[in-house]
Amino acid sequence: MDKDQALLKYVLRLGDSALVHGQRLIELVAHGPELEEELANANFSLDHLGQARMFYTYAGELEGKGRTEDDFALLRAENEYENLLLLEQPNGHFGDTVVRSVLFESFYLLQLEAMVQCNAAGLVEIAARAVKEIRYHLRFNSQWLIRLGDGTQESHRRVQESLNDYWQFTGEFFAADEVDKIVQEKFQGPDLWKLQPTWRDNVAAIVAEATLLLPEDQRMEISGREGQHSAHFGPMITEMQSVQRAMPGLNW
Amino acid sequence: MGNDWPLYEVFIRAKSGLSHRHAGSVHAADDEMALNHARDVYTRRNEGVSIWVVRSSEIVASDPQDSAELFEPAKDKIYRHPTFYDIPDDVGNM
Repeated sequence: MDKDQALLKYVLRLGDSALVHGQRLIELVAHGPELEEELANANFSLDHLGQARMFYTYAGELEGKGRTEDDFALLRAENEYENLLLLEQPNGHFGDTVVRSVLFESFYLLQLEAMVQCNAAGLVEIAARAVKEIRYHLRFNSQWLIRLGDGTQESHRRVQESLNDYWQFTGEFFAADEVDKIVQEKFQGPDLWKLQPTWRDNVAAIVAEATLLLPEDQRMEISGREGQHSAHFGPMITEMQSVQRAMPGLNW
Repeated sequence: MGNDWPLYEVFIRAKSGLSHRHAGSVHAADDEMALNHARDVYTRRNEGVSIWVVRSSEIVASDPQDSAELFEPAKDKIYRHPTFYDIPDDVGNM
């Protein structure tokens, strides 16, 4: 794999994670516990969708074959998406959403902050913009995790369960493969190995303040980077693509 | 759930130099949440550079029944308005 191919794949993965996270969040619209939470969640979803659009547009430029953001977002096969597995997990209760967001956004923020320092101009531009959005997402969701963890017995029990359930997907954040290594070496991209202890410390601090326990080390699910998805991905992507599949080339 | 959350009044400063104006209200369980909610509900279209939130119960309001004694006496005091001066155009907001 040469460095241009690696960068293209790297950017597509970022787009895929942003798209899938945005899609799961938008599924929650009209299910928010409160009007204000509802609106915050919709804002977050649209932030991620906006980031996905920027990543895909940049990927189209890198690839140079005339593919647009819609081609990447809506017209690829299931195994061509290489999002993080955590993000495709189905929605549960509000606490599940909060935990999933804290785990992912705390990693994504570190990744974006490192990307701002890289030397792929397109990536720097997107990261610089996204980093501000994600800081707020993390602040919002961390505060909620603390509120729920340090809340009632039931809210504490439920978010501890969410944390235990989702923990198996966090190892994937740092499971660098050839693509990550090439982008790190040739474009001064993020060094995932170095980000891990910082991420763990940051999450541990939030979890401790929420009076929760960090789950024990365990076997991690890391197949998202190979396009191997959990069973939940198919139905999600089918719904997302249905309009474009039914009416190819549709213009809104 | 929302019925248990206290109401907060939201004030937004649209840009530097202007004062905060009442924008509306939100429900929230605590002060931090109120600030987040105000941000998410009232500044999503770039409306503000600063937010104040305050518990609605902390606001001391005038009683509508007292309107006559509070406000009506000011109605015929035209000399209190600076309308007898020409304001130069470049003064801006007054």
